[in-house]
Amino acid sequence: MTSNIGANVGADIGAAKGSDLGAVMWKERKSILRFRGSRSRLLLTMLSPLLLATFFPWQWGPEWVSQVPPLVLAFIVPAILVGMTVPDSFAGERERHTLQTLLASRLPDRAILWGKLAVSLLFGWGITLGMMLITLVVLNIAFWDGQLIIYTLPIGLGSVALSFISASLIGGLGVLMSLHSETAQEAAQKLMGFIMVPAILLQVGFFAFQERAVQIIETVNGPRLLVIVLGVMLALDVLIMLLAMRSFRRSHLALISG
Amino acid sequence: MADMAIRIEGLTRDFDTVRALDGLSLEVPAGSIFGFLGPNGAGKTTTIRLLLGLLEPTAGRAEVLGFDTQTQGAEVRARTGALLEHPGVYEQLSAEDNLEFYGRAYRMSRSERQARIRELLTQMGLWERRKEQAGKWSEGMRQKLALARALLHRPALALLDEPTAGLDVMAANAVREDLAALAAQGGVTVFLTTHNMAEAERLCSQVAVIREGKLVAVGHPDKLRAQAGGPRVEIFGRGFTDSMLALLRERPDVAAVARRNGHLEVELQREMETAPLVTMLVGAGAQVEEVRRGKASLEEVFMTLMEEQI
Repeated sequence: MTSNIGANVGADIGAAKGSDLGAVMWKERKSILRFRGSRSRLLLTMLSPLLLATFFPWQWGPEWVSQVPPLVLAFIVPAILVGMTVPDSFAGERERHTLQTLLASRLPDRAILWGKLAVSLLFGWGITLGMMLITLVVLNIAFWDGQLIIYTLPIGLGSVALSFISASLIGGLGVLMSLHSETAQEAAQKLMGFIMVPAILLQVGFFAFQERAVQIIETVNGPRLLVIVLGVMLALDVLIMLLAMRSFRRSHLALISG
Repeated sequence: MADMAIRIEGLTRDFDTVRALDGLSLEVPAGSIFGFLGPNGAGKTTTIRLLLGLLEPTAGRAEVLGFDTQTQGAEVRARTGALLEHPGVYEQLSAEDNLEFYGRAYRMSRSERQARIRELLTQMGLWERRKEQAGKWSEGMRQKLALARALLHRPALALLDEPTAGLDVMAANAVREDLAALAAQGGVTVFLTTHNMAEAERLCSQVAVIREGKLVAVGHPDKLRAQAGGPRVEIFGRGFTDSMLALLRERPDVAAVARRNGHLEVELQREMETAPLVTMLVGAGAQVEEVRRGKASLEEVFMTLMEEQI
């Protein structure tokens, strides 16, 4: 018989503080802030969202809070930010030969997956929400007429929901791309392909059937259309997350990591 | 029978058409330092990954610390520390943060983490540089950090793939001493792969030799050396002629004689006094300066085993 050495460790572990998810998130947060060792690169990356949050709304005027452009930004900005961090977090871990060691630890698969995803999502979503607030500050300073300028309910809530779903959707896709890529760069390129191809096809389709498309859009009011878009995206997101959970298994990862 | 930290029964693993491990059966006593030797591609790393429950075996089974690696992989990983073929150090993080992360992953309390990180980094001579990014360190320093990480949570079993690879002589010696102390004082079982036969000879109470996924020998290094050939005598001096070699070969107690770099290597059939050999050589006109007794080194045993299998 083999001995049950270290069985008491289980009890000790149970009594100890902290969570698996928290441990992974702590490491990911540190890694993102280091941004491959360069804080200046991170700051430079943050410059674009800052410009988007200030320059365009200032040019557009106070109507910005009730128009479609904030929704476009709420979709694009988190998609780009999460599209940058997720491939580095997943495929990059394999590329830098740290994944095998991580898999050899006691951390469960789910904690690794969700811990990594959560930090990327919070990063992309958080920055987008921050941008929305900065926009309000800029608009209120630039166009103050004694009345507070705030987002209309559909645009405000829509932006919050859309930015989260966008971040989550791209995050899930990023995990799947990373599992089928040798390097973080390859994963990022594939991810961009997945984002760009449907967008281009949608645009081509719109112009090809412009009249019909306009008819359809006109029959549905703005908020209702937004809810439909959010619903479709959410359904896609759930599907992709389920696929990511299914693919992110130790036995599969161990094979591709070594 | 002693308690076994590892018990492997007919473990087989195929990768597509390649059989990486072929019916490996092995027992590793608890508290021992066990050397797993073999050339590149012999199946050493695959064995470690199977023991950690990272791969599923094609056939056979393995138990680690009493847990089945296939069905209780999480239990195995919670009680083992691993240093794999790559150090697996997060280069963008500091050395301290690397250990902090794994301390959190193993749910060590804050005070326990801090004390253990300090203890290990001090022991490895890295404490003063703990705030530096690990990516800016030398390969040897990163290897030491990886070893510290593997031992951080005081595992009952350490699975170490080439733990001294990339280390300078001083650092490698320090690691060997640490490993020996770990097994002696802490009761930790160490399962290590190495290409360094001197290291295996010095550290391991048992070694196994694997070739093309198959176990070819297992036992105490002395036992393996004894299997590889009888006792040996090296005779240093001058004036050794072919006729003297022929005289030696005629003796029934001599198995083989060879002249290497000016000295004679005499393999004996059994343990015996060397005086009759020396007397004979001196009588024939040779000048004998020194006589050394010895056995085949583990490296010679290893080479013999590798040749036998080809």
